[in-house]
Order: sequence, then C-alpha cells, then structure tokens
Amino acid sequence: MSRWVSFGCAILLLSLFLHASFSALEYQWNWESALRYKKKFADGWIATLWISALSLFFAFLIGSLATLCNRARFLPVRYLSMIYVELTRGTPLLVQIFFFFYVVADAAGIQNRYVVGIAIMAIFSGAYISEILRAGIEGVGESQLLSARAIGFTEYQTFRYVILPQALRSSLPALAGQTANLIKDSSLLSVIAISEFTLNAQEVNAITYSSFESFFPLAFGYLILTLPIMRLSRSIENRLRFET
Amino acid sequence: MKLELESVVKTYGTQRALDSLDLTIEDTMCLALIGPSGGGKSTTLRLLAGLESPTSGTIRIDGNEIAHEYWQLREYRQRVGVVFQAYNLFPHFDAITNIALPLEKVHGYSRGKSLEKAGMLLDQFQLTNHRFKKPAELSGGQSQRVAIARAIAPDPDIVFLDEPTSALDPEMTAEVLEAIETLIESKKKLLIATHQMGFAKHAADTVAIIAEGKLVEVGNSSQVIDYPRTARAQKFLKAYLKF
Repeated sequence: MSRWVSFGCAILLLSLFLHASFSALEYQWNWESALRYKKKFADGWIATLWISALSLFFAFLIGSLATLCNRARFLPVRYLSMIYVELTRGTPLLVQIFFFFYVVADAAGIQNRYVVGIAIMAIFSGAYISEILRAGIEGVGESQLLSARAIGFTEYQTFRYVILPQALRSSLPALAGQTANLIKDSSLLSVIAISEFTLNAQEVNAITYSSFESFFPLAFGYLILTLPIMRLSRSIENRLRFET
Repeated sequence: MKLELESVVKTYGTQRALDSLDLTIEDTMCLALIGPSGGGKSTTLRLLAGLESPTSGTIRIDGNEIAHEYWQLREYRQRVGVVFQAYNLFPHFDAITNIALPLEKVHGYSRGKSLEKAGMLLDQFQLTNHRFKKPAELSGGQSQRVAIARAIAPDPDIVFLDEPTSALDPEMTAEVLEAIETLIESKKKLLIATHQMGFAKHAADTVAIIAEGKLVEVGNSSQVIDYPRTARAQKFLKAYLKF
C-alpha cells in the first residue's frame, strides 16, 4: 500500500512542477482543437508501430549478420563489419537519414519512402544490436569453451549449444532497451516526410496553432510502447540475476 | 595405460608452464599428479587430454602420439573424459541435459537412449532427485558429481580429473572422492591432478610430482608420498604434513 502512496506522491510532485511551469508561461491550453484530430494521432501511432516492428525485424537480421561477419576468418569481411558498426554508432541518425534518402535511395532508384525509412532504421539499429550480441558472445566464459572442447563438440555445435543460448540470455535486457530506442528514434523519420506519429503530431500543431496539446499526446503515445518493453527488460534482468 | 612425455615444453606468452618435461610410466590404472600450484600439473593434464597442444615435444599414450591436427584431436577428445576444478557444467541446461546432450550430439545416441543413460548415471551417483535442476541450484559436490557423470557417460578410454575437489569443503570433497573411487573400482583408467595427498596415496597406483614445469619424482604412490627421495619432493610433502 505504502508503495502506491509513495508513487502517487512522486506523480503529484511532478504534476505540480509542470503546472507551475506552464502557469509561469501563461500558456493558453486549447485541447478541443487538437483533440478534433484524434484520428490523425491514431493513424500516426499505428504507422510508427508497424514501421518499428518491421525495422526491428530487419535490424535483428542485419545485426546478427554483422556479428557473424565480425567473427569471420576472412579479414576484409571482418573489417567491413567493424567499419559499419563504428560509423553507424558514431554518426547522428539525422545525417544517416538524409544520406540514405537523398543519395543512396536516389541512386538505387527506390521510390517508396517507407521502404527507405525502414531500411535506414534497420541499418541504424542493426549496428547497436550487433554490438550488444558481440558483447554477449564475448561474455561467455573461457571455461565454457574449454568444456565444449573437452566434450568433443564441433565449432558449430559449440556455437549452437553453448555460446548462443548464453549470449542471448545475457543480451536480452540490452536488446529490449535497444528496441525501445528504435521506437523513439523512428520519430526522426518525420524529416523525410514519412507519415508516422511525430509527423502527424507536427501537422496537428501546424493546423491548430497549438503545440503542447499535440506534443503531450505524442509523448504519451511513445510511452505506451516503450514502458512495457522497459518493464519487460527489467523483469528479465531480475530473473537472470536469480539464476546465476 | 602407458604414458610417454618427451621434452615437453608449453609456454603461455613469456611464461614457461612446462620446461622440457620428461615422464615415462610403463603401466598405470590410476595416476595422480601432485605438486605445488602453478607447477605444471594442470598443464600436463590438459596436454594429455588433448585440450591444448604442446609448444614442442611429443606425447604418446599407449604408444600413439596425440595429434595436433584439429579433426584428429577432436576425435581423440571424444574418446576421453575430462572433469574440471570448477565443474564447467553448462548453466543453461539442467543436470540430465548436461549429460545427455553430448551423448546425442557427439556420440550419435538417439534422444531417448541418451536420456536413459544420463538418468542411469544420475541414479548411480545418488542424484536422482536433482535431474531437472540447473547447475545454479546444485551444491558444489552435486555439480561435480554431475560433471563426473558427464565425463564417463560415453564410456571413455581414460578420464582426466583436474583438481576435482579443490573448490569444495571437506564434506563435499568426501562425496566427490567416493564417486571417483567407484570409477576406480569399475576399472576405469584415471589421471587425476590433486592436492588430496591421502587420496592420491590410497587410490592411485602411481604418483608423479611435478614442480617448476619439470618432473620431480615418479613411482609407486605410497613409496613416493611416504619416502620421497629428492629434496624438492621432501620439501613439498613436508609442507603438507606440517599443517
């Protein structure tokens, strides 16, 4: 019970702070005009949902592939994977979006901006996922590899039965966090006019001359997606702690 | 079994773990390697088990040289069993899967047959109630007995035990040593690196003392432990008797 009271207190304090801030600004709330565009919000939210889902799927494919390439015996492949991961993680997503949209996609003759958007998010997140998986694989102890060798496992069997299951488990919390990041980061796709959640909210702003009446629903809409994922990540983390 | 090690050198970086070790044993069923920590007994055991290759020198078991080439080495590893100090069970599998999986994937058992054999071994080591527990839920002694069961499951020619009781308290040590004794009684060929002098003396027929990467002394177990001839062996064994 006291947990809920404490939680309520925290929320109350936060609300007071927000209220004070907006009062100082003498902000004129105009919810009615913004709420008239409910459907636009909903459409944008759904677009963000499926763009994120598809991006996540391809990000895992690309990330896993990059991790495999990172372990390749053929050095050029290994360096290619290394350069991909470092460049992608080291540069702003905004620059990548412009580069892929105006240069790569144009040269490749890809017309559909949604395809380009999903590809960009998948490539961007794939680099982070690859890094998470790499750390997970390297975290599997030397003693486990020794044990696999003693048993007579082949390299493939060692990877399949010893390394992969343990690496995936230890990577799960970080992968869940990366999923939440991907959902939020997809908001930047609004700059290439992909009609996702953020762009729709901005359009409502422009039509109704409001601002926070659409930004708050926007933030709330992302929270609905990210909060459960982060909670899941936390619970996985706790479960893994008990197991070892 | 007959063991022959000729001028075996093993280096890790700049460190010389084995410094031209020579050791010949004509016939033994259970050999104990004893000696100070870091003296080279674990390295010797790993080379004999085919887990690592020597930097130089040759190793022969029953007249056959241990190969260096990957596929031959893997084939050799399938014919021996290894038990480690830290058990090295797979933490994501339960006890029975830890034993059954290698039987199925490496030794070509059917899934049913592998589980049946794993279950039998767990019964034999009084682990019947623990078959579906993960290693994290097992005590050290239980884990080590599962590891022994895993090592002997495919009926290996030789079982190598690398300080199997060094991480255990006296009660669990007794548990594990009893399990090892049943292997000796069933005429399994064993090679054990250990700090348990009493066990080495009564369970092993041959003892080799290895220190500073070289052989110090080798011979009949009670003779070497009770009446060491070399000064280095006397110094090592005296340290044990003193406390």
